[in-house]
Amino acid sequence: MSVLQEISSNVKNMKTLEYSLLARWTKQIKEDLRQGVKKPFREVIDVSWGDPHRGGVKPLTFVRQVLAACLYPQLMNGEKLPVDVRQRAQKLLDGCAGWSRLVFSKCSFSLGSYSATGGLPEIVQRVSEFISRRDGGVPSNPENIFLCCGSQWALTRILNVLVNAEAPFPTGVLTPAPCYSTTPLSIEGLGGVVIPYYLSEERGWELQVEELHRALESCKGACHPIALYVINPGNPAGQVQSRKSMQEVIRFASEKRLFLLADEVYQGCVYGETEFVSYKRVLSEMGPPLSDTVELASFHSASKGFMGECGLRGGYVELVNLDPAVKKYIYTLFCADSSPPVLGQIALDLMTNPPQPGDPSYLLYYQETQHIRSTVVKNVKKACEVINSLQGFSCQAVEGGAFAFPRIHLPAKAIQKAKEAGMQPDTFYCLRLLEEAGVLASPGSDYGQEEGTFHIRFCILLPHDVLGELLQRLSDFHTQFMKDFS
Amino acid sequence: SASSTVSSHTSQLHLAKTMSSLAVNGVTCRGKVLTLDSMNPNVRRVEYAVRGPIVQRAVQIEKELREGVKKPFTEVIKANIGDAHAMGQKPITFFRQVLALCSYPDLLEDNKFPEDAKKRARRILDACGGHSIGAYSASQGIECIRQDVARYIEKRDGGIPSNPDNIYLSTGASDAIVTMLKLLVCGEGRDRTGVMISIPQYPLYSAALADLGAVQINYYLDEDKCWGLDVTELRRALNAAKQHCKPRVLCIINPGNPTGQVQSRECIEDVIRFAKEENLFLMADEVYQDNVYAKGCKFHSFKKVLFEMGPEYSSSLEMASFHSTSKCYMGECGFRGGYMEVLNMDPEVKAQLTKLVSVRLCPPVSGQAMLDLVVNPPLPDEPSYTLFLSSQERTAVLAALAEKSHLTEEMFNTVPGITCNPVQGAMYTFPRITLPQKAIAKAQEEGQAPDMLYCMKLLEEEGICLVPGSGFGQKEGTFHFRMTILPPTEKLKVVLQKIRDFHLRFTQEFS
Repeated sequence: MSVLQEISSNVKNMKTLEYSLLARWTKQIKEDLRQGVKKPFREVIDVSWGDPHRGGVKPLTFVRQVLAACLYPQLMNGEKLPVDVRQRAQKLLDGCAGWSRLVFSKCSFSLGSYSATGGLPEIVQRVSEFISRRDGGVPSNPENIFLCCGSQWALTRILNVLVNAEAPFPTGVLTPAPCYSTTPLSIEGLGGVVIPYYLSEERGWELQVEELHRALESCKGACHPIALYVINPGNPAGQVQSRKSMQEVIRFASEKRLFLLADEVYQGCVYGETEFVSYKRVLSEMGPPLSDTVELASFHSASKGFMGECGLRGGYVELVNLDPAVKKYIYTLFCADSSPPVLGQIALDLMTNPPQPGDPSYLLYYQETQHIRSTVVKNVKKACEVINSLQGFSCQAVEGGAFAFPRIHLPAKAIQKAKEAGMQPDTFYCLRLLEEAGVLASPGSDYGQEEGTFHIRFCILLPHDVLGELLQRLSDFHTQFMKDFS
Repeated sequence: SASSTVSSHTSQLHLAKTMSSLAVNGVTCRGKVLTLDSMNPNVRRVEYAVRGPIVQRAVQIEKELREGVKKPFTEVIKANIGDAHAMGQKPITFFRQVLALCSYPDLLEDNKFPEDAKKRARRILDACGGHSIGAYSASQGIECIRQDVARYIEKRDGGIPSNPDNIYLSTGASDAIVTMLKLLVCGEGRDRTGVMISIPQYPLYSAALADLGAVQINYYLDEDKCWGLDVTELRRALNAAKQHCKPRVLCIINPGNPTGQVQSRECIEDVIRFAKEENLFLMADEVYQDNVYAKGCKFHSFKKVLFEMGPEYSSSLEMASFHSTSKCYMGECGFRGGYMEVLNMDPEVKAQLTKLVSVRLCPPVSGQAMLDLVVNPPLPDEPSYTLFLSSQERTAVLAALAEKSHLTEEMFNTVPGITCNPVQGAMYTFPRITLPQKAIAKAQEEGQAPDMLYCMKLLEEEGICLVPGSGFGQKEGTFHFRMTILPPTEKLKVVLQKIRDFHLRFTQEFS
């Protein structure tokens, strides 16, 4: 009898995503294409991940030059690389005593970085300065910052401290619906319970505090809510929260005694009128007692924004108003973990300290980031236009983030067909979209949505022509699909 | 618990409790949502000595030295953890070239880079989304790299097949180890999963088990037999544990950390037989497999031995083996490259494992690339081969380690009150220290483990940073410290001298 007949129930309880079915089909289709099987399309457009590079966006030259120079310092001999690249790489390599030792040896690296936090102290320092600048001078203490292997990793660690799997009542975490799937999975994997609060689609996916109240009420007696998780800018829904809404959330968290988890990885991706402001800043500006008492963890990452360096795994968490006794344990947790990969830390350093006007690399950096920015703004506009022009398809304004999350108004026939196939209706739609148009998007069922509504999510951080192709295929398919099932 | 982590844990808890009820900057901490009482109680049990209080203090002292504070020493010697550069070794050129090419592909046009480096870079980039190492990879790791790893394992194990689908790339070996434990630990009360781990052990295991609320089942390595592992001890530990938990996993570190012993083939066979008899999942931590230098010692992979024991074992024993790029003697640790190979895993369980790893998205692509190079080094007919071989200086490095381990063993054994076993592999020594009763009493008074008191004093007086044995677990009433044997020979001699002098002083002071 297999030892593995029994495995962790927490793991078993983690939802299996609809996406995994689509991923398997995609693999098969790609294989078929390689074998020369004829299909209505030559290649699969994969827009299921928030992964700009995968979509075709080019890495920033300055970033990659500095990385290469840090990895292979010989590159700095001669004039090939711009002066500021060489200076920055040298600074990173010299840094504190024996930085090169720190770069190339996890062990002494971790010793050197153990000056109260996770991550190279110089980089942590610069991250804290970035945060302070971003927040109009609100102080940021490096001792409250932990660099880690991607923001999700840090989030899981903080959730680990919050979720008490042994308590009589399961621990609950208020989580938006829709919400990208990794966070709810982490919560479930730790033995916690997801308490969904629904964003209001008709109001541009706005977070309404009345809904927070309802969600909290709904779980009375079933679990013990301990935290409120917000994503701003949103994923999959691309809303950017107003200051007023954020203040309401903070007041709610304080009143209901909830730990606030602010996932702000898309803060660099804002295209609409609402500007991004951090939860930390809003909290600070609300003044005492709130600013001194509301416990907050903010997350950011080098994976999103213009850098889009998902594969480098650079992220951080900043803790605000935590009990110092608890923080000591959080230190130990982070220390027992893998220290964050070197390239990820360098990416964070470069993200928080990009080239400045007057620097030799500035012009190119500015051109590249502006290009990405204007492309995304164009993409958002075009995607919404195209989708809203189609029958049975509608899309709220995308103010920020990396995705469009349009609603498909599926005909009853299609819903019926999906049920017969044993699938969620939007999964059925996505599967057909994949098979017939070669587009891999993810179904709304994986994110949580109001009962009876259906959506798909696709990435819009793409070169404009790729998006054009995507939208062409999508609208042709959609029109046909609606006809077939009318 | 038989290890001396109890007293250090008590002191940490005591300190934390005191802090929480004190006013901090005039604002009381009462009223917080996340307090010692409300937080996950498992997390309070997590300790990690390798980066614990002594390391914290060492960093502080370094800071003070930089600021010009006068001390009886001018530098802190970090003999607590492996540090390749303390050996004076440079990073491997070939690895750096390929990674630089992957990071900044414009360099593929630069004729200063050798063709074999470019070839590997192109291959890795072709396997990346958008030809960028900045794209997420599949959660299980880039397919062609898993294939390369499988081939490497086959070569290592004399042709025994390795299926790339059974290979999971990870963020260092630690990530994979914790993932497997997360998967395996279940049950309530008396059915709670028990996990067998050696004492002494690398404290990642005890930390993960505490965090998961698993039952830690200690089996003792025999210090008098060069830290050997005896199946009767495994049986004893298992039978005792069956009273209060459900033992399901057996973890073994070979070569050992902190103890450095290399298991004999017979011992590995015994362990395999035991695991099969008792229906245990075997976790073989083999990250130091490239660091074996004692005469007469050889690394045998658990997988190889398993297969050579025949289908009765090889087709049924469930196992995971772990390896990493951090611990190769040249340790390109900062990239976080590692993998595990699972064997005989139920396909439904494998699906759960795949689901679990997807939550952390993917291992760092740079680490995957580094792993690919470690398993795919330049071949004799390739341009970079000669340089690679010479920069590796593998034979020289291993010979130096052998020499230093002898030196250490000899020196420590001349000191009354220190006994030291021969070190067969890995990169540490774990000598036993006899402490005077007075010192033990003082430590207990202060709520500290006696070997922590010893190591702290050594740090303050000599600027040498070691890790106390209590951080790894040891037989009740015994004390140890872990020291690396990586510093250059001349420096090592000085360190050994200073420790000897300190030990004699310490013994005197507390007599």
